[in-house]
Amino acid sequence: MTWIADRLFNSRFPGLVLILILLAAWQLSALYLVDTPTWPPVTSIFEAWFDNIADGTLIKHLLATLWRQMLGYGLAVVMGVILGLAMGYFRPLYNLLEPLVEALRPIPGPAYLPVLVLFVGIGHEMKVVLILVASFFPILLNTYSGVRSIDRVQFDTARTLGLSTMQTLRELVLPAASPQILTGMRISLAISLILAILGEMIVSSDGLGYFTLLAQRTFKIPDMYAGIFTLALFGYVLNRLFLLCEARLIRWHIESSGRT
Amino acid sequence: MKLGAPPTAVLVEVDGLGKRFSAHGRSAFEDVSFSVGRGDFVALIGPSGCGKSTLLHIMAGLSAPTAGTVSVKGEPVTQPRADMMFVFQQYTKSIFPWKSVLENVMLGVKYRSRSPHHELEEVCRKHLEMVGLSRYAHYYPYQLSGGMQQRVAIARALARRPDILLMDEPFSALDAMMRAELQDLLLDLWRELGLTILFVTHDLDEALYLAQRVILLSASPGTIADTVQVPLAYPRKQVETRSEPVYLQLRERLYRTMVEQVIAGRAAS
Repeated sequence: MTWIADRLFNSRFPGLVLILILLAAWQLSALYLVDTPTWPPVTSIFEAWFDNIADGTLIKHLLATLWRQMLGYGLAVVMGVILGLAMGYFRPLYNLLEPLVEALRPIPGPAYLPVLVLFVGIGHEMKVVLILVASFFPILLNTYSGVRSIDRVQFDTARTLGLSTMQTLRELVLPAASPQILTGMRISLAISLILAILGEMIVSSDGLGYFTLLAQRTFKIPDMYAGIFTLALFGYVLNRLFLLCEARLIRWHIESSGRT
Repeated sequence: MKLGAPPTAVLVEVDGLGKRFSAHGRSAFEDVSFSVGRGDFVALIGPSGCGKSTLLHIMAGLSAPTAGTVSVKGEPVTQPRADMMFVFQQYTKSIFPWKSVLENVMLGVKYRSRSPHHELEEVCRKHLEMVGLSRYAHYYPYQLSGGMQQRVAIARALARRPDILLMDEPFSALDAMMRAELQDLLLDLWRELGLTILFVTHDLDEALYLAQRVILLSASPGTIADTVQVPLAYPRKQVETRSEPVYLQLRERLYRTMVEQVIAGRAAS
C-alpha cells in the first residue's frame, strides 16, 4: 500500500493525471456543452496537429522559430558572458557601464520593437536583434554579479599560484561564476522564445507565432490550438534540455550545495 | 649569497613593518621586525584582531604594508613569489570546487613548467601521496572531509617546490583529531623537505607543539610582545611533548602574556 501512496504524493504522477483530466473535460465540454467553433474538441486539434506535421507545415515553422531564437539567444549568450566577465573583473569598466545597464535594463523587450523596425527593417534580422537585446540583459547582469561575488580568498589563491589575468579568467572566474551565468541563461532562454513568437506575430512570414496567428485570422481554430500545443511542447523540451546540460556543467555546484 | 654568511642564512627579513587602515585610521600592527632563517619553523600567535593574518598576507605579497619592508633572499617582496607558497584557512574556497583533487594540484604547476603534461601529473601524484591522498586524485573537493581538503591545499603548495610556506591558521577549522594528524603530517613534511615555515595561529598549544620559535603579537595595534624559543626535540609527539615540563612552562608564560594582551586590548577599544 505504501508504494501506492508514495506514487501518489511523491512523484509527478498526479500532475500528469490532472492534465489528462483537464483535456478530457475540454473534450467533453466541446462535444456536449459548448457548441462553438472557437472551442473545438481536443480530438480535432490533434487531428489538425497531425495533418500539419504530416505535410511539413509545422516542422517548417518550428525550424524557422528555432533558428531565429537560437541565433538571437546564442549571440546574447556570447556577448553577455564576455561583457559580463569583463565588467565583473575590471572595476573601472563596471563603474563606467553599470549605470547605463541599470538605465536600459527596465525597458521591456517588446519596447525595442518600434525602434528596431526603423533601424533594421521588418525582416529576419529585426527579429534576431529583438531576441538578442531582450535576452542579453539577464545574462549580462547574472554574469557580472556572479563574478563580483567570487571570494577574495580565491583571487588570492590564483595570485599566489602565479596565474596571469587570462589564466585567472579561465581557471577561476568563468567556472566560479558559471552557476549564476547559467541562471541568467535559463531566464533568457524563456525570454528569447517569448520575443521570437512576438516578433513573428507582428511582422513575419514564417515561424510558430506567424502560424498560430494566421490560423486564428483565417479561422482555422484547431490549427491555432495546434500551434499553441506545439509551443508548449517546444518550450518544455528546451527547458529540459537546458537543465540536463546545466546538471552536467556544474555538477560540482549542485552536489556541493546539496550537502550543506 | 655573500661571503661569510652564517650557516643559518636569513631567508625572510621583516623590518619595521606596519599596516594602517585608511578607513578608520587605526593600525592593525606597527613596527614589527623579525627574521626567519632557512629551515626555521616559526609560529606567529596573538589575540584576534592583532593583525597576524594581515601580516602574513603582506609577507606573501598579497597586500602592501603602510610602513617597513619584507624581504626574501634579500629582495623586497611586492607581489607573490614563486618560491613562497600560501596555505589559506578557508580551504573550501582556496581549493577550487570545480576541479578534481589532481586538477587542483596541477593548477599550481601547469603554467609554470614546460615539462610534458604526464611528467607534471607524475609530480602532482607524488605530492598527493606525500599528504596521503594518492587514492583520491579523481575525487572532487565536496566528496572529501575538511582535513582532506586542506591536505589538497598543502599538496598543491608543495608541488610548486617552494622554499617557504606561509600558513594562515590552516587547521583552525578542523576538529581536534584531524588537527593533530595534520600537525604531525606538517612536521614530517617540514623535516623531510627542508621547508621554512611561518605558521599563524591563535592556538598557543598548536604554536608550541609545532614551532622552534613562537612570536607573540600584542593586541591592536599589534607589536611583538614576546618571543620564545622552544627547545623541544623533534620528532614531537602529541601526548609526550605536550606534557614535558619545558612545554608546560612555556605554555604558562605565553598564556599569561596572551591574557594580558587580551585584557589590554579590551581596555584600549
